[in-house]
Amino acid sequence: MNGPLLKVENLTKHYPLGTGFLKKTIPVIRAVEDVSFSVEAGETLCIVGESGCGKSTVARLLMRLVEPTGGRVLIDGTDIAGLKKDALHAWRRRMQMVFQDPYSSLNPRLTAGQIITEPVENFERLSRRQRQALAADLLRKVGMSPEMMHRLPSELSGGQRQRLGIARALALNPSLIIADEAVSALDVSVQAQILNLLLDLQQQMGIAFVFISHDLSVVEHIGHRVAVMYLGRIVELATCEALFARPVHPYTEALIAAAPVPDPTRVRLVAPVEGEVPSPINPPRGCAFHPRCPLAVDRCRIEVPPLVPMADGRVVACHVRAPATDIPSQPAEVGDHSLAHVLSLMIRS
Amino acid sequence: MLMQKSAGNDVLLDVRDLETHFVGDESTTRALGGISFQVKKGETLGVVGESGCGKSVTALSILRLLPKMNARTVGGEVRFHGRDLLELSDREMRQIRGDQIAMIFQEPMTSLNPVYTVGRQIAEAVQIHTKASRSVAMAKAQEMLRLVRIADPERRVNNYPHEMSGGMRQRAMIAMALACSPELLIADEPTTALDVTIQAQILRLIADLKERTGTAVMFITHDLGVVAETCQRVIVMYAGSIVEQANVIDLFARPAHPYTQGLMRSVPDQRRGRQRRLPEIPGIVPSLREPIVGCSFAPRCPFAIDICREKTPILRDVGSSHAAACWRAEEVMGA
Repeated sequence: MNGPLLKVENLTKHYPLGTGFLKKTIPVIRAVEDVSFSVEAGETLCIVGESGCGKSTVARLLMRLVEPTGGRVLIDGTDIAGLKKDALHAWRRRMQMVFQDPYSSLNPRLTAGQIITEPVENFERLSRRQRQALAADLLRKVGMSPEMMHRLPSELSGGQRQRLGIARALALNPSLIIADEAVSALDVSVQAQILNLLLDLQQQMGIAFVFISHDLSVVEHIGHRVAVMYLGRIVELATCEALFARPVHPYTEALIAAAPVPDPTRVRLVAPVEGEVPSPINPPRGCAFHPRCPLAVDRCRIEVPPLVPMADGRVVACHVRAPATDIPSQPAEVGDHSLAHVLSLMIRS
Repeated sequence: MLMQKSAGNDVLLDVRDLETHFVGDESTTRALGGISFQVKKGETLGVVGESGCGKSVTALSILRLLPKMNARTVGGEVRFHGRDLLELSDREMRQIRGDQIAMIFQEPMTSLNPVYTVGRQIAEAVQIHTKASRSVAMAKAQEMLRLVRIADPERRVNNYPHEMSGGMRQRAMIAMALACSPELLIADEPTTALDVTIQAQILRLIADLKERTGTAVMFITHDLGVVAETCQRVIVMYAGSIVEQANVIDLFARPAHPYTQGLMRSVPDQRRGRQRRLPEIPGIVPSLREPIVGCSFAPRCPFAIDICREKTPILRDVGSSHAAACWRAEEVMGA
């Protein structure tokens, strides 16, 4: 197989506000704006950002749970938007989703066994014995005892329910799992168990993940590459190592600086970024981050910065740190988020 | 010998053997199994633990805010200025709440009244506890909004809660809590529902205000990162008990309880390598409906030996102002 498993091109989603009856123009929420990325087989691509940045809308667009306003989603080179009912149905086997809330995403009236075998029964009839064998197999894959198949979700702990959600996603042997804040509702000790499970599954079965999260420490731990989103757009996309060692976009930098670190000896020198995320109904002109950005110049207030490739392979949308030229530029900021870098940030602000 | 006993003049709140049960039709849940700790004047005390460990119940028991229907504080004392809060009448308790002891919650939207303006709600808190007139109280409300760095407080004072963002509402809650200059602020997961950049702003705000007013803060959180950044002393809770208590530096440098150690190791940390399996705490939290024999953490503990399954360890000193409820704490600290 050539080319990436998943390719997303210029994906855009606008939600109209109201019906616009008797009005010429309807205001829209620009939830996702011109988002492009790809995912290779067996890779984990993380999407991080704060509430309202569009990361969950991207997940729904990938699953075609909502229709895009523009752009394409290609699986193995096939545009899923063009697929008719049957083809779409078949294609869904390749891609499954795990949700944040293990309490509301499982049918409370079905047993664990029924929940996890249901996806398969959408495609083929299973005998009682086949169903039991499949349920037992899936439960073992997610580290649960096969006896659990007769339990109801209400009889399981939060961690066990999230394992069920993952087992259900595995039922059809997908090549890609989209995990939307899959560990965010879990306690840290349970979160560690689920993250280990995801890493094991990827190693054993070669599954690719689109892992959507607001938690940077989790993303840094399990991701191969990360896309940082702000107000509907990707502002930086890089390998995990590069992004966390040396963030280039001022928003990435602010996000990393804001995350609390479990080390009381660390001295926080940099003041937290000011202001709040603006409304996606009426986003600021130019770069959406400019009202909060310590580096903003006039151009940032007028022109939307394009994603510019840098020498180390990452892309960054920032007029100041990644000015658009014909040759790939060096990242403007050399260093890391060590003391020297933090100090330089402090001096600038 | 135990640090709780060395109660000096700097102790603001002295909790002794506090025990709270939830009574159901069929069973009783021992949510708090007799905990003792102190909050000192002007300090920030972190209370950390996972869901169901009793950290919020502790706060609500102190302020007597638990539903009377099924919650019973069956034993212990909560000493504040020499008085036991558990002995006070409802009226006396109301005078203390919001005045000398204030509380902020995780979700400001549910704790603010949606039908009154934010300014009026802050002013109401001021009027209840001082003899201030309406206009003086409103002026105070505006001043408080400025103090918590809400831009344009003259206008914001007339906003309803839904007209504010999540971060702004939490600022307004803090303004309300601090309006009467409390000696103790109990903050229950105040930044958990907020985005990380807003969380950083609110943590900075609480630290600044604490510095300025000298208010002691009891900071309840599940987030070890937040604890490391905001607290001076920390209490770690597990299954309704305090399992460890230490100053923040010692706690992170040499955790003495296997649960604390397990919790810290299960947080992803790049210094220990990416894409690696994280050390897990096996098993799940025990049910508090059944009586627990021995140490409540023993079934999940890599250090557990026979005595752990038979006798409940009590909190004991393992260093200067460092205590742990573990039979093998010294070995845990060395591990």
